[in-house]
Amino acid sequence: MLGWFPENISTYGHGIDHVIQVIYYIVGAWFLLVEGVLFYFLIRYRKKKGVPAVYEPGSTWKALLWVFIPAVLILGFDLGIDWAQAPVWDEIKLSLPLPEQVVRVTGRQFVWEFVQAGPDGKLDTADDIATVNQLTVPIHAKVQFELLAADVIHSLWIPNLRLKQDAVPGRTIKGWFEATKEGTYPIACAELCGSGHGVMKGELHVLNPVDYQRWLHETVH
Amino acid sequence: MKRFIRTYLFSLDHKMIGKQYLITGLLMSLVGGYLAYVFRHQLAWPGSPVPGYGMVGPDQYNGFVTMHGTIMVFWVAMPILLSGFGNYLLPLMIGARDMAFPRLNMLSYWTFFLSTVVLITSFFVPGGPASGGWTSYPPLSDQPGFTGVFWGGHLWILAVALEFTSMLMGGINFLTTTLALRAKGMCLFRMPIFVWMENIASLLFMFSVGPLIAGAFMLLADRLVNTGFFMPSAGGDPLLFQHLFWFFGHPEVYVLLLPSLGILAEVFTVFSRKTLFGYRTIVYATLVAGVLSFVVWAHHQFISGMDPRLAAPFSVTTILISVPFAISLFSFIATLWGGSIEFTTAMLFAVGMLAEFMIGGVTGIFNGSAAADIYLHDTYFVVAHFHYTLFPVTFFGAFAGIYHWFPKMYGRFLNEKWGKVHFWVTALSFNVIFIPLFLLGLAGHQRRIFDPTVFDYLAKYQHLHVIATFAMITMLLGQIPFIANFIISIYKGRLADRNPWKGTTLEWVAPSPPGHGNFENDPVVHRGPYDYSLPGRDREWVSQTEE
Repeated sequence: MLGWFPENISTYGHGIDHVIQVIYYIVGAWFLLVEGVLFYFLIRYRKKKGVPAVYEPGSTWKALLWVFIPAVLILGFDLGIDWAQAPVWDEIKLSLPLPEQVVRVTGRQFVWEFVQAGPDGKLDTADDIATVNQLTVPIHAKVQFELLAADVIHSLWIPNLRLKQDAVPGRTIKGWFEATKEGTYPIACAELCGSGHGVMKGELHVLNPVDYQRWLHETVH
Repeated sequence: MKRFIRTYLFSLDHKMIGKQYLITGLLMSLVGGYLAYVFRHQLAWPGSPVPGYGMVGPDQYNGFVTMHGTIMVFWVAMPILLSGFGNYLLPLMIGARDMAFPRLNMLSYWTFFLSTVVLITSFFVPGGPASGGWTSYPPLSDQPGFTGVFWGGHLWILAVALEFTSMLMGGINFLTTTLALRAKGMCLFRMPIFVWMENIASLLFMFSVGPLIAGAFMLLADRLVNTGFFMPSAGGDPLLFQHLFWFFGHPEVYVLLLPSLGILAEVFTVFSRKTLFGYRTIVYATLVAGVLSFVVWAHHQFISGMDPRLAAPFSVTTILISVPFAISLFSFIATLWGGSIEFTTAMLFAVGMLAEFMIGGVTGIFNGSAAADIYLHDTYFVVAHFHYTLFPVTFFGAFAGIYHWFPKMYGRFLNEKWGKVHFWVTALSFNVIFIPLFLLGLAGHQRRIFDPTVFDYLAKYQHLHVIATFAMITMLLGQIPFIANFIISIYKGRLADRNPWKGTTLEWVAPSPPGHGNFENDPVVHRGPYDYSLPGRDREWVSQTEE
């Protein structure tokens, strides 16, 4: 199933992929088992001449174990899934590593606006770099973003980074990512935001440190 | 003429009102289906004119997607499952002559009819229908400037408010009728599961709808007089609406699911000649699930910008709620064990519902896990997931109910051969529509975009959209045998006696179709609802009225 995913290029993306794969195997096995039992019953107990149905109201604890035991097992597997995914969620959404780059992202009908700290590493100074729909970051650097929305709710969606976060008017939502592979990747909007929702499209450029410094220099001067 | 109006339009008879809801819901499903056809055609062949509609622009696309969701949930699933079957069957099943409040019942239907007129009108006003999604998140739905939709948004809120008013009146009637008008001997634990499910669904709706009505009112006030409840520029908060919406929205899922599970229980027992496995367990499990359904709402909002620490408690409640439903579903499967199963069309749809719903159930685990949801949220994976829950519940459930109780409603059978054609075309095409959508979701396909080929990473999977659209058209065509069968069988179907399937519950004691007042003599109940294949009896079924 992971074959359908776009290539992962973030440090935490494999955690998400792993969680999805674990869930896939667990619920896949349960699904086959339960459907198997259902179809077995349907074939085995189809109407036959002279074979009456049995009377089993399932009112005794002994009979009910047939449904309670699998239900408790499901609870166990579910809690296991929850346990396994919690650290991944915490790493992505609850932790905020010290930034090596900061960028302010604003969703606006129907563009992504980026304001990036210039060589001084700080936002809201004279050397800030403002771009529209184009985000350039260095590889292997922890990039911290401040996500805002100018008008309606948008959702920053960068599939290769496994990054999705709603941008809500009136709020500043912080988050981070670290890209692990050079290249150009799509940026989209995942929350319906009006007539141009489907063309709200940007690009993420991940550069090696040398190229990044050159880009920074050329852009500022 | 006066008689026609009394019998077919302003009827006080719960059976006619049930049929009115049922037929209105079925007709609205054609509207919802047509909208889906238009936007699926656009998705498969972006920019080419849709036969039967024409060119689709992004605004029409958003409007159609919004109205498809709104119609299918509030104008198809609810009126058919909760109100249609509920009105028709509930008094019959508990041995009552009618609803407790027949006039309120009539008012309920005509309020619903009015809401339908308002909703349909919104297609034809300047600016077109609401286009902020069926969830209507502000600020997009709040200020007309964001979508260019002015009247459409107002009418959407008005129509939804009227529809909720109608359903509230219906709920009051269901609960009162069940508590006050049961036949002699019909204690609560002798009621068919369907009656339990209708009542629990009504309770869930009544407890959950208040916050949404408050939210809808604030949204309307924002639109009309700029109160700014959801506008940060005026000190409001867009996330407040999401909480109010999903506090209602999650119980609402069960408002649709429960009546359908009720239909499944009735059909399973009749056509497997088995008593229901774990009757009380199913009732208690459903009550527990109903309570839990009020504390899971934020699992729709993991990445909405709410405090990310909330993901943990809502993940846990979401997991807990799977347990009572697992118990119910396993009990339904256990009911088939040792049975003598006859595959009538009703039984095929009931079995199909269970088998397909399980796909919806297990894929919910992915979305309910916060970390996995970061990737899957707002993608086609979610679209496929909730269609795998709501489509079987709504349509397989409704079709099972229609094929099963049609002989009661009209005194004639539906044609079984065409029924089976209907089942297989619907079931197969359903899977061919939505399995490709799961795959598109895994590929990162975000929802509600007008033209997937804009994005290179989606353009390479365009063939999946084409497959889904062909299957969708096949499914629509597959409903023609059903519609023809329905209309022809009313007049020409094989005659049915009062108990054509050899059922045990009270609706089979009444004539087919039952007259006004339902029963020739008020029934007296002596036993539980599902005494099939009871040992020591010479007949394989014992009616609830037999000693």
